[in-house]
Amino acid sequence: MVMTEQTILGYLSEILDPEIPVLNIVEMGIVRSVFFENEKVVVTITPTYSGCPAMRMIEDNIVEKLKENGCGEVELKTVYTPTWTTDWLNEITKKKLQQYGISPPHTTSDNHFVEITLPKKISCPYCQSHQTSLKSDFSSTACKAMYYCNACLQPFEYFKEI
Amino acid sequence: MRLDTEIRDALFSFLLRIADDRLILGHRLSEWCGHGPILEEDIALTNISLDLLGQAEAYLKFAAEVEGKSRTEDDLAYFREVIDFKNCKLVELPKGDFAFTIARQFFFSQYCVLLCEKLQQSSLEQLAGISAKALKETTYHLRHSYQWMLRLGGGTEESRQRLQNAVDELWNYTGEMFLTDTIEQQLSAQNIIPSFVEISALWKENVARCFRESSITIPQTGFMHSGGRIGKHTEHLGHILSEMQILTRSFPKAKW
Repeated sequence: MVMTEQTILGYLSEILDPEIPVLNIVEMGIVRSVFFENEKVVVTITPTYSGCPAMRMIEDNIVEKLKENGCGEVELKTVYTPTWTTDWLNEITKKKLQQYGISPPHTTSDNHFVEITLPKKISCPYCQSHQTSLKSDFSSTACKAMYYCNACLQPFEYFKEI
Repeated sequence: MRLDTEIRDALFSFLLRIADDRLILGHRLSEWCGHGPILEEDIALTNISLDLLGQAEAYLKFAAEVEGKSRTEDDLAYFREVIDFKNCKLVELPKGDFAFTIARQFFFSQYCVLLCEKLQQSSLEQLAGISAKALKETTYHLRHSYQWMLRLGGGTEESRQRLQNAVDELWNYTGEMFLTDTIEQQLSAQNIIPSFVEISALWKENVARCFRESSITIPQTGFMHSGGRIGKHTEHLGHILSEMQILTRSFPKAKW
C-alpha cells in the first residue's frame, strides 16, 4: 500500500491521549503536520502544556505506532508556533469530553486581567446545571480545573480554556 | 539562525536568566509536594512547578542551540555550577511559610505575564513561540496567587500579618527581575526583548493595585539586592543545586 500523509494521519488518530483516553492526539491538535522527506516520515507536534508529562509518552507512542505500520525512519519535530489552544477542539471532540465527565473548554479570551478576576460559569457535565463553584484552577493534570456542582453535589473537572 | 557573536552571547545569557528563574523556582515549589496546607493547594503548587520546569526546558533547549557548543538542555540544567546560574535571587530563597510562597509567586507571575506579553512579539520566532505558550500558563499562575493574596490579606489578622511579613522580606529581592545592563540593552535595541524599564513600571502599578485590595502596605525601602544575574548567589542556591544535580552527576548515564 502506498503511504500518504492521510494514511499516516489515520494511524496517528489511533493514538489516545494517555491522560484523557477518549481523545486522540490528532483531534487534540497535538499533531500539527505530517510530511515525507525522501523515505523519512516527519511528524511535527506541539505540546499542550510546557510541562505536560504525557508528551514524552505521546512521542514514544507515535514512533512505535508508525514503525508497527511499516514506516522506516520517523522524525519528530516540536514546534511552538502557532501556540496550542483549546479553541482547536471541535464540537464533536467537546461532546466526547462532556460524555467522559469532563466539562469542555470555553472559548479563550485575550484579556489576561479579566481572567484573573472573573472565573466563568461552568456547566456540570453530569446534570448541566450552572450552579457550580470553582475549587481550584489546578486538578489531576495542569489542563484541568476542579469544580463542584451545587445542584447534583458532584465534584467534576473542567478542561481549562487556554 | 544567523546572529552576530556579540548578540549571540547576550542572547545566550538572557535565555539562561529566564530559564534558570523557572528551573529554580520550579524546584522550590516542588518542595510543597505532600506538604500543602490543603490537598487542592498541594496539587496547584506542584502543577505550577511542572509548568515552570517545562518552560525552563524549552528555554534551555533554545539556549543550547544558540550557544552552538553541542550541549543539551540537560547538560545546562545538571552540569553547571552555582556561578553559571543566572536566576535572580528572589527565586532561590527557601520556600518559607505558605504566605511567603504565595507572595513570591505573585511577584514572579506578575513579572512573567508582563514579560511574556512582550516576548511573544520578539523578532526571534522561537523565543516568541515559547513565550506565547508560557504566557497562557502563567496567566493561570497569576490568577492563583492573586486570589490567595486577596484571601490572606482579607482573612484573619494572623493571615494578613504573615502576608505582610512575607512581602517585607521579599520586597528587596524584586528589583533584580528588572535589572537593566548591557545584555538587556543590546537585545532590546534589536527588538529581541522588550525594555525592562517599561515592564518594571507596569509591574509596580499592578502590584500596588493588588496591595490595595489585600490591605498590604508597600515597604518603603530603596535598597535592592542583585548579583544573581551575574552568578553571585545567596548560600541557598548551592543547596538546591546539590539536591537537584546529585543523581545525574553520580550516575551520568542513568535511565529512568
